[in-house]
Amino acid sequence: MKPKRKRLWLLLGSMGAFALAVTLVLVALDDNLVFFHSPTQIADKKPPPTQRLRVGGLVAPGSVEKGSDGLTTTFVVTDTRANLKVSYRGQLPDLFREGQGVVAEGTLGTDGVFLAREILAKHDETYMPPEVAKALKDAGHWKKDAGK
Amino acid sequence: MIPEVGHYALVLAMVLALAQGTLPLAGAAKGDPGLMELGRTAALAQAALTLLSFLALTWAYVVSDFSLLNVVANSHSSKPLLYKITGVWGNHEGSMLLWVLILALFGAAVAAFGANLPTTLRARVLAVQGLIGLGFHAFILFTSNPFDRLDPAPFDGNDLNPILQDPGLAFHPPLLYLGYVGLSVSFSFAVAALIEGRVDAAWARWVRPWTLAAWCFLTLGIALGSWWAYYELGWGGFWFWDPVENASLMPWLLATALLHSAIVTEKRDALKSWTVLLAILAFSLALLGTFLVRSGVLTSVHAFAQDPARGLYILGFIVLVAGGGLTLYAWRAPKLAGGGLFAPISREGGLIFNNLLLAVLTVVVFLGTLYPLLLDALGGDKVSVGPPFYAATFIPLSFPLLAAVVFGPLLAWKRGDILGASRQLAAVGAVAIAVGVLISFVAQRHVTLAAIGCGLSAWLILGAIYELARRIKLFEIPVGDSLRRLVGLPRASIGMTIAHASLGICTAGIIGVSVWQVETIALLKPGDTLRHAGFEVSMETPREIDGPNFVAERGRITFKRDGQVAAVLEPERRIFKTTRRQTTEAAIKTTLLADIYATLGESDGKGGWTVRLYHNPLAPWIWLGAAFCALGGFVSLTDRRLRVGAPLRARRPAAQPAE
Repeated sequence: MKPKRKRLWLLLGSMGAFALAVTLVLVALDDNLVFFHSPTQIADKKPPPTQRLRVGGLVAPGSVEKGSDGLTTTFVVTDTRANLKVSYRGQLPDLFREGQGVVAEGTLGTDGVFLAREILAKHDETYMPPEVAKALKDAGHWKKDAGK
Repeated sequence: MIPEVGHYALVLAMVLALAQGTLPLAGAAKGDPGLMELGRTAALAQAALTLLSFLALTWAYVVSDFSLLNVVANSHSSKPLLYKITGVWGNHEGSMLLWVLILALFGAAVAAFGANLPTTLRARVLAVQGLIGLGFHAFILFTSNPFDRLDPAPFDGNDLNPILQDPGLAFHPPLLYLGYVGLSVSFSFAVAALIEGRVDAAWARWVRPWTLAAWCFLTLGIALGSWWAYYELGWGGFWFWDPVENASLMPWLLATALLHSAIVTEKRDALKSWTVLLAILAFSLALLGTFLVRSGVLTSVHAFAQDPARGLYILGFIVLVAGGGLTLYAWRAPKLAGGGLFAPISREGGLIFNNLLLAVLTVVVFLGTLYPLLLDALGGDKVSVGPPFYAATFIPLSFPLLAAVVFGPLLAWKRGDILGASRQLAAVGAVAIAVGVLISFVAQRHVTLAAIGCGLSAWLILGAIYELARRIKLFEIPVGDSLRRLVGLPRASIGMTIAHASLGICTAGIIGVSVWQVETIALLKPGDTLRHAGFEVSMETPREIDGPNFVAERGRITFKRDGQVAAVLEPERRIFKTTRRQTTEAAIKTTLLADIYATLGESDGKGGWTVRLYHNPLAPWIWLGAAFCALGGFVSLTDRRLRVGAPLRARRPAAQPAE
């Protein structure tokens, strides 16, 4: 095979592979993007129960309750403007505390309670997820040091 | 006093890095041997000074010198000695010091062991290493100085983040950094070659061992991090497609591609400019990984507190390094003449296919990881991209790559015979398909994934064994002669067999956990029995344990199968005395075929405890596979040809016989 044809063949092959990959990526992104909402946005938009999303804010002090089965925990996530009740079955991450930032992933139930499938753990208690910081800032209650 | 020595040594090391980064370049340009020689001296002295600085900080940790801000923030006098030492890199400042130390040591290694390199190439490689070092020294001294004093010194420190007080994580950062930073050597070789305008077989032979060593450490570092997440975080998972994890996967994928393309450059004098590009990109992605982890721009489950200003500095540095490298590439690479010709179906063609898919996989991870950041920067929604995205992209795209692994070594250089290879592999393929079909009847969920994955796993392992057997002519000639051939095989080819087979082991482990994991979350009262994955599980009342710097509740959970005790696990919930933080210590009993895994949760106050139990079939194979993968690399590294190198640059490299 002549060098020129070889190069053409290579180029076509690579372009084909990349095109396939980009198509896969775009299709997958379309289906699998998980949007982040603050409690205020959830109160405004009321997303359908089929949509998987993330919510974040502060765990409202005094709102954490254990269910009667001993496994389910409910708590209120707040961005200081709106509140959202969250229910989670399972073991909470070690750094889950009242008054601290939290991000939960799951779906909004028809009763308005957010069913969390996963509570995002953190490795460091001084860490504030950037989305939570922004949600609090948007609600007008953000002190620069609040996360520290 | 000693911290001041460390600080001063670090400043001196920075000045030396500046000298190392500039003078040898000028020397190589002017052909001045004295200036070029200076690079070696500077590299050795810079490493010695950085080591001194690192030891000074370590000393401050060991004796708990609480007049240092960094020690106060991350240590405590009651901490066990091991974690006092590992606490040195358990924080931002210290880990950056470790980074620059490893960088300087790699530079010193090139200076010490690079005696067979041409003088100008060595001078330029050392200069590029020096410039990278300069960037990191300046970063540490100006934004993250670990030697900052605190006055008045407090009585005791704030202690290290408890989840870092763990043997797995203690050695994860050094290994990962050995991998990341090791890629800097490949980068320096690439840039030096571009400056020289010359890439040949000899160059590829010098680059390979460095890339291989970096790749081995990166493999081990990633595996150790994943193992740590598996047992310490208590979620029973090993990979979460989290930005911080992806950050280490991207350089690994490109380093793997680089390893393979460098073979083509060495043996066939082809793919030169692609190899150089891969070396530049792999190190750029290693820097990007550092940026993602250190800046906190992405929400990660592994996130630590960060300072955006530092992120900005690293981002600027990436732009400089990657931008500089790529500009130089765009300018000089067209000069690199193409080498040996080959047909599409050939060993070279197979390695190109490998590179193409590895590059595509890197792009997929790159897009998935950075898309949320891009969307956010454009003022769009806050989004995240999670495991379902990778399940729909990365996993199907990796199947053809894994399938091709077995074919590659059976194809000859220049012109291969795919039909012949297929005929040879017919038996292996039949077994693999049979395994896949069998699994499709057994699996209860993710049936397609399970069937393809297990089939591929059998294909990879048996294919690697077949290839080795063919090479030593097993059963074709007397067994004794076969064994003699085995001993005589180049280490590189034995290493390849181990690494390729390890992919199959690892795949089996991943599929095992993904498809057959059983999770039970329950409230368990002492005396009660629970059914979980075919076991009867019971628990005794947890006891109070007093640790060196924590108190703990230790449960005792018994797993019985048919009345026989299969495992007794003692998971703990630790509360650290200083920080009042809790950690969950999972207890794992592993047979080679499965992990029995338990964590202890909170008490409900009425005599019951939340427990989380997992049965993870084949989970140990994931890390066994990764360990074999790195072992393959290390075996390959002992190959005589790599150590002896190619002291003489041939005018025209002679065609090498196929291995």
